[in-house]
Amino acid sequence: MDDFFLRALVGGIGVALVAGPFGSFVVWRRMAYFGDTLAHSAMLGIACGFLLHINLTLGVVAVGLLIALALHLMQRRRKLPGDTALGILSHASLSLGMVLLAFMEDIRFDLVGYLFGDILAISRSDIIWIFGGGGACLGLLMLFWRPLLAITLHEDLARVEGVAVERVQLVFLALMALIVALMMKIVGLVLVTSLFIIPAATARKFARTPESMACAAGLVGSLSVAGGLWASMRWDTPAGPSIVLCSTLLLLLSTLVPQR
Amino acid sequence: MSQHPLVTARNIDLKLQHKPVLQGVELTIHPGEIVTLIGPNGAGKTTFLRVILGLQKPDRGEVVRPADLCVGYMPQRMPLDMAFPISVKRFLLLADKAHQRDILPVLAEVGAEALFEAPLQTLSGGEFQRVLLARALLRDPNLLVLDEPVQGVDVHGQVEIFKLLTRIRETRGCAILMVSHDLHLVMASTDRVICLNRHICCTGNPESVTRNPEFLKMFGAAAVQNLAIYSHDQEHRHEQCHHGDHS
Repeated sequence: MDDFFLRALVGGIGVALVAGPFGSFVVWRRMAYFGDTLAHSAMLGIACGFLLHINLTLGVVAVGLLIALALHLMQRRRKLPGDTALGILSHASLSLGMVLLAFMEDIRFDLVGYLFGDILAISRSDIIWIFGGGGACLGLLMLFWRPLLAITLHEDLARVEGVAVERVQLVFLALMALIVALMMKIVGLVLVTSLFIIPAATARKFARTPESMACAAGLVGSLSVAGGLWASMRWDTPAGPSIVLCSTLLLLLSTLVPQR
Repeated sequence: MSQHPLVTARNIDLKLQHKPVLQGVELTIHPGEIVTLIGPNGAGKTTFLRVILGLQKPDRGEVVRPADLCVGYMPQRMPLDMAFPISVKRFLLLADKAHQRDILPVLAEVGAEALFEAPLQTLSGGEFQRVLLARALLRDPNLLVLDEPVQGVDVHGQVEIFKLLTRIRETRGCAILMVSHDLHLVMASTDRVICLNRHICCTGNPESVTRNPEFLKMFGAAAVQNLAIYSHDQEHRHEQCHHGDHS
């Protein structure tokens, strides 16, 4: 097996395992569009990375955190409907990123790679990022698991019972920003949300507890990565979209399994 | 039991979107009493509960909550996503400080022990209200705050739930503050009624309130006529809780 293929497989599965539990929350909390917004803002993060000569992943994370904070504040003030606020931030930051990049004429970069991912170009340091960063995010998620579930079920009830709702929400949004930056490598910013929600939606059918859904989503995501990579080698198709299609196929297959 | 009030709200004013919702509202709840907030839609009942619970800050006035206050809260609606796989047992374990061993007794107390393993999504309206009540009781509160506890429950089930509340007060000695816009069933199971329509229209025990001209103006004389019949009739109903008091 080729080295780059192995790296892609290991990195991709690492991302899928982390995306499963987070994706479950994205589904439960109806945050699919929020994931999209974070992913789109990554373009601005990349532009800032080039502008400031910093690591691009760091740029993506920093801008993602700012966007998450802005959203949190906008939602608290409730002047705009949530999806409108998301749409504004999402497309304004994507456009600003593209325009900034256009100004930097001396920079050569692979736009398609950022849009649809370049999993076959995953490097050793990427893998360290994925397992170190992703593992840390997963650990923090587990630490906040119970209050997050309580908030997801009923925010006011959780607050009356003494959960520090604002703090838990902020931590979760920040973790999401980090995860999205990792996921960009695999499926690109256009397809990030799919890796959150499609495996989680497949897992829902077989899960009876929140935890089993989170784990199953991670496994289904890993299968999708492996299957998609294999297909992309076999038929020479783009890897990111092949992974997304593979997870969609698994979702369709799961509908054939009779409900318990 | 301590004799100081559990909660005192003084002179609460609140505007939401520049519209006055509460004006000079006062409330004191003593240990062990059942107080019912009643009033038309949009009268600010739920908002006032939120102020009492500390979920909403009033523009003016203050809410005094002593340190020994422990509130069990039963929200009005629980928008439950079909995508969230969770059993009744697990839902109850999410309550603050809940222990595994407390779950079955508290479910039995609300007459829902058969639902222990049931997925939350499969519950009927009445079953869901009982489970929510169980969750509120798990904190062993000295004040239960219930926002329309019989919403989505049929009339028979409503009678059962009000009886259950009366029993809970007797066995646990906790105070109950609830919101209802159903006149009939509330009257038999409350010590004190507060008619709220942005301000407090009238307040007192159920009998005196139903004779109050403000109350008659709000609900109409015809509606009040039926009350006496209801509060008697209720005694003759048999207490039973079967698996599905469907709404």
